[in-house]
Amino acid sequence: MKGMTVVVKTVSSWVKVLIFLFGIYIILFGHLTPGGGFAGGVILASSYVLLMLAFGRDLVEANLPLPVASKLDCLGAFLFAMIGVLGLVFGGVFFVNFLYQKYVPQEPFDLVSGGAIPLSNMAIGLKVGASLFLVIFALTVFRYDFQDGGRKTAVADGAEQQKE
Amino acid sequence: MSVPLPVFVAIPLVAAFVLPVLGKGLKPIATLLANLVTIALLILAVTSIGDSRTYEVGDWSIPLGINLVLDGLSSLLLLAISVVSTAAMLFSIRYMEQYTAKPKYLSLFLLMVAGMNGVVLSGDVFNLYVFLEIASIASYALVGFGCEHEELEASFKYMVLGSIASTFILFGVAMVYANTGSLNMAYISRAVQAMGMNAGLAFALSLFVAGFGLKAALVPFHAWLPDAHPSAPAPISAMLSGVLIKALGVYALARLVFNVFGVSLEVGWVLVALGLASMVAGAFLALGQWDFKRLLAYSSISQIGYVVLGVGLGAVILARETNIAWASLAILGGLFHLLNHSVYKSLLFLTSGSVEMATGTRQMTEMGGLAARMPVTRAACAVASASIAGVPPFPGFWSKLILVLAAVQAQMYWVAAVIVVVSVCTLIMYLKVHRFVFLGELPERLASVRESWGSMTAAMVGLTCVCALMGLLVLVPSLRVGILDPAVSVLTDGLAYSTRLISP
Repeated sequence: MKGMTVVVKTVSSWVKVLIFLFGIYIILFGHLTPGGGFAGGVILASSYVLLMLAFGRDLVEANLPLPVASKLDCLGAFLFAMIGVLGLVFGGVFFVNFLYQKYVPQEPFDLVSGGAIPLSNMAIGLKVGASLFLVIFALTVFRYDFQDGGRKTAVADGAEQQKE
Repeated sequence: MSVPLPVFVAIPLVAAFVLPVLGKGLKPIATLLANLVTIALLILAVTSIGDSRTYEVGDWSIPLGINLVLDGLSSLLLLAISVVSTAAMLFSIRYMEQYTAKPKYLSLFLLMVAGMNGVVLSGDVFNLYVFLEIASIASYALVGFGCEHEELEASFKYMVLGSIASTFILFGVAMVYANTGSLNMAYISRAVQAMGMNAGLAFALSLFVAGFGLKAALVPFHAWLPDAHPSAPAPISAMLSGVLIKALGVYALARLVFNVFGVSLEVGWVLVALGLASMVAGAFLALGQWDFKRLLAYSSISQIGYVVLGVGLGAVILARETNIAWASLAILGGLFHLLNHSVYKSLLFLTSGSVEMATGTRQMTEMGGLAARMPVTRAACAVASASIAGVPPFPGFWSKLILVLAAVQAQMYWVAAVIVVVSVCTLIMYLKVHRFVFLGELPERLASVRESWGSMTAAMVGLTCVCALMGLLVLVPSLRVGILDPAVSVLTDGLAYSTRLISP
């Protein structure tokens, strides 16, 4: 994949940062406004999808190598599980909101009024963003070759990438 | 000792996300960690026997929050899951060296265990669905773990049919929510008692029967199992046949029919019919198989039929309101058979994995005379086969005897006859296994095969001991009262489930 025309490349190089920032905003304000970890994570991944479409796969892979994405994926899920365990440790009940109004008491609808909820949103955002990135990457790597009279065989582009 | 209930889900879940991060050099550590997790779960499951409590996650009380419920039936299933997963994990130490990406395998394995533990503990239908999806999706990936053509095809078929089942279940959950306004099982049960079954709830129940029946591979819905179970790596076949179809299928169905919707004659007869069809069709299809693992897979369909038959007979007798003792007997037979089958079928799949690893084939026609070369595998297979066929001192005999007694007591003599006939077919198919795999001439090609000593034999010996001693669970009264009777009474008490959870 070589990428698209210069117009597309220029515009997407401006827009990619905005999309990424918007994803972060959706995650951080997820407990106050519509959105949250899942929606924000999808937006984060979609900024990479834009890059993948406009510039080709190689640039994206140099920017976020697959082993790193895979580790971020595990880290997000691990952090989310740990928030539940920390609830058990500090609050006595699994997944209890152990930070709620604890250290920085604030009015409802202030930024840090949610206790552990923003932390959960961040963990979920990381998990969803990284795993959706991996899913879309996998979709671009595999393709079908039609050969031997129309028999389909799945081929991985650059098979060495698959053995991460 | 009483640990918080989410620990059963949290330990494997957290470990599952740590393991893939460990790279190639840390593979032994990952393996050790995964084994420690399954052993810890086994210890927790053993200590939680006889316990009965609920847990409100996040301190939100029901019906707003999610609750986890541990009762006799859940702890029975937890015990089965942890015994089989400990043995399968031990077996994987050596067996999975043939494959690449072992940490990913271990991670998916633990995710599947977490999902199953969640299903049996959940007291909330939507949460049950979520855990069911965790376990199912992990198992789709594990079936295709070898990435060969045949395995991917089986995995895809399993995924399509499994997703249809999940969609049925989700639609059923939506119908239940629309009709009762609650997702918590206890509250649904109370609403059903207050307003009776209406058309929407009956439709939801039939969706559940189809969905969970697909997960349990009952006969009209069994098409995926004979492909999926043989294609998976042997320890995973043991997990799938041993506990996945029971935790996701039979347990969930029994819980919903008995504790949430309440038994009725119609549902009872549907379960009996599904059970009989699975028993007969599975047994006759298994007789003709020449692929070792495929034969075991068809035999699983037949054996899951016994479990559903026992539970269904219990439902019919309960709905007739004749004598609750006979219903208890039928359900005891079904649940004991569930426990037995999880142990001996996983043992059989582990022996098949051992044979496949040594000989490099699954075709029984290409084997023979392995008894002298692989004594431990042969002994384990002999004990498990004797048990599944119902040879007297072994547990399979007792569970089938209880089922026959219950069928006779309920004056369904033809059901008793079918149980005996299918048992004879089971004996024939396992004699065939022994004749063609372990006895007869040793082919030239296999003259140098050897037993793989170490973790694989340790897992098989351990499960063989459990299998040989399991008959004590019904023969020793204190064990029966401690382990099986609480599980039976959960089902026979039926709708009392809701009053136990909701203080009036």
